[in-house]
Order: sequence, then C-alpha cells, then structure tokens
Amino acid sequence: MPPPEHESDSQPLLETVALSCARGERVLFENLDVSIAAGEVVQVLGENGSGKTTLLRILCGLQPPSGGHIRWRGREVAPGAPELRSEIQYVGHAGGVKLDLTPRENLDVAIALGARPTATTVDAALARLDIGMLGGSPVRTLSAGQRQRVALARLLTCASLLWVLDEPFTALDADGVATIDAMLREHIEAGGSAIVTSHHPVALGQVTPRPVSIPRAA
Amino acid sequence: MRPAPARSAFLGMLRRDLLIAWRSPVEVLHPLVFFVIVVTLFRLGSGPGQHALAALGPGVLWMAALLATLLGLDALFRSDFEDGSLEQILASPAPLPLLVAAKVLAHWLVAGLPLLILSPLLAIALGLPDAALPVLLLSLALGSPVLSLVGAIGVALTVGLRRGGTLVALLVLPLYIPVLVFGTQAVTAAGAGLPPTGALYMLSALLVLAAVLSPPAAAAALRISLD
Repeated sequence: MPPPEHESDSQPLLETVALSCARGERVLFENLDVSIAAGEVVQVLGENGSGKTTLLRILCGLQPPSGGHIRWRGREVAPGAPELRSEIQYVGHAGGVKLDLTPRENLDVAIALGARPTATTVDAALARLDIGMLGGSPVRTLSAGQRQRVALARLLTCASLLWVLDEPFTALDADGVATIDAMLREHIEAGGSAIVTSHHPVALGQVTPRPVSIPRAA
Repeated sequence: MRPAPARSAFLGMLRRDLLIAWRSPVEVLHPLVFFVIVVTLFRLGSGPGQHALAALGPGVLWMAALLATLLGLDALFRSDFEDGSLEQILASPAPLPLLVAAKVLAHWLVAGLPLLILSPLLAIALGLPDAALPVLLLSLALGSPVLSLVGAIGVALTVGLRRGGTLVALLVLPLYIPVLVFGTQAVTAAGAGLPPTGALYMLSALLVLAAVLSPPAAAAALRISLD
C-alpha cells in the first residue's frame, strides 16, 4: 500500500505507485513502487531488457505508463506534466547533443529550452567536465567520451531537483567517472536527488546509493 | 522562473536550427538544386515552342516547389530523433507546440524562402508573362509555409519508422492538393489578365488554418512517435 499523504520531512520527492509498463504483448514491469527522497540517489538495478530505461523515460514524460500513478511531493501529477518536466533533467542513452554545434552552443540551447534558472555558467560547466578548451569546436570532432561530457554538462547549467541519468558513465574514463560521482555528491548535499541506471558502482563517499531493482514480470 | 521562458525557448530553438542549417549547407542546397533541375527539365523536354509551356508554367513551378519541399521535409525531425535531441525537446518544460513552430519556421526560412527567391528566374525561363510574376511570388509566400506546416505533421508521425520517407510522401501529398490548386489558379489567372484575388484569399485562409492547427498536431504526433 502506498503511504498516506502527509507533510513531513520524510515525504519523498517523487514516488511511483503501482506503475506498470507493457510493450505490446510483453509486460516489462508491473506494480512498481519506487520512491526517491530529497537528497538521495537511487540506483535502478535489473537485467538487460528489464525496463530500466523505460522507467526513466516514463518519469521524464517521454512515454506514458500503461498503469499506475506518479506523485511529486506527495501530490499526484500526470506523467509528463509541465511541473514535473521543469524539475527534471534527463540525460539518456543518446546524449541529445547536436554534432554540428559546439559544446558551448549545445549548452546555450539546453539553457534556452530549460526555462530554469541557470546554476553555473556554460564555461564553468565545461571546465568542470574538463572539456573547457573544446568549447568552440564542433561536437562532431570530439570523442564519444567527450560528447558524453557535453551531455552531462547540462546537469550543471540547468538547475533541477531531480537528475534522471541513464547509464551516465558510458564511454567515460576513470577521471570522468570520478567527476560525475563528485557532481552527484554535491547535488545531493544541496538537497537534490537523482535516479541512475548503471552497471558501474556509484561511489558517493559516505552516502550509498539506494538500490532499487526491477523484478522480472510474471 | 526567468521573465519569458517560452519566448527564449522559441528563439533558442529557431537559432539552433538556423545555425545547424548554416553549418551543413549541402542539405539545404539539395532541394533547391532539385527545384531548379525539375523546372529546367520541363523547359528542355517541351521543345522550342513557347505555347504549351506558358499554359503549363504555373503548374510546373508549383509542382516543382511542392516536390522540393517534400524532399527536404525529412530533415525537420529525423536528425533530432537519431541523436536524442528530440527526447531533450520533449522532456523540456517549454511548451512543445511552440518548439515545433520554431522548428517549422526555421525549416521554412531555410527551405521555403530560397524557393521563393529563385522562382522569378525560373518563371522567366518557363516563359510566364511578366504580369504573373508578382502573383507567383505572393502565392508562393502564402502557400510554401503551408507546405512546411502540413509536412511537419507527416514527418512527426513517421519519424520513428525506419523508412518514413515514402510514407511521408503518401501522407502529405494529398493534403498538398488545395495549395497546389489555388496556387496554380492564382498564377494562371494573373497570367491571363484576370484577378487572382479569390485564389490568394483561399491560400491565406489555408495558411492561417495550418499555422494554428499544425504545431499542436505535430507535437502530439511526436509524442506518439517517441513512445
């Protein structure tokens, strides 16, 4: 049973209630209850094809669930509602980075689309991800890891409460992984939350990410 | 919230698509070259006589413009779909119809406007009477945005399919018929010294209708395609 609605510190930022998803005939997951509290990192575990990416896409409003609800701060919201979208920053499998534009231009677009206060300047974000000197060259000329860094730099420029990250460590070197771990740590220290799918252990120092597994549907 | 997020999202999207077009001019040039070649082939294929072609000229120009638009339509959402930008656009808090409108406007500025600019030259090559030229320009100015707007719905519906190209043509071409009919009618009337106003009014009405209905329809189609 979902917990009753009440105002308290322990109220989760986002929770799913009996969320189900079916692709055609195949049921990916059923009655999935996931809650994400403020200042918490949730790591979604599950086999390949268990529906990890689908779960994240539903949270971002990119596809509708076939059943269940989403609650934001204890209040039920329609999947993909604008109030939800304005608090979520999504970095998916495909980075969503335009190859013909420079990293700086890509981030400018993200800021324009974000309609959120900008947390960090574009140059500071690029410098943090160690691609500051590449800010002016087209993304086409960058390596896969550098492209992923451009995608992840969006998390810094567009302030949002909930980061939804689908395999964020793909193509990153050890240095890049450490940077993302540090960014996640700072994000939750500032009261933000994140939901991450990764086969790579997320190292957050004292805090451990809370594992949530998607069971195989019957 | 910043003062006008919707406006900055619209302008940001417009600027982005224009910049991308500017960086890869070949894709912009293809439909344009196609337009010129089709019209020129008609001119060459119809022999030295001016007579038949003068009557067919408006139709040839409009058909070529229509096919050239169709050729460039796929670029509207395809690359954004493939590199994940479309997910970012759909997940952004900005209203989706507004972003679609910005993309269609950018597409028209890059694909429709050059056709408009080239058309008087080709009209002269086809032997259209001088009196028809202003009306040709006006009819294209009113009609070509409709082609982009209506095309956006077709592309949005098929962007998730691997071979959307042919399907877009089948979906969209029937919807282009009114534009073709009234566009050709206006130019033909002007060439014959008759008032083209009726057809131009109809084109204006189509433009208003498409401008209002197409962005939300294409936005809904995109959501379905990405599901």
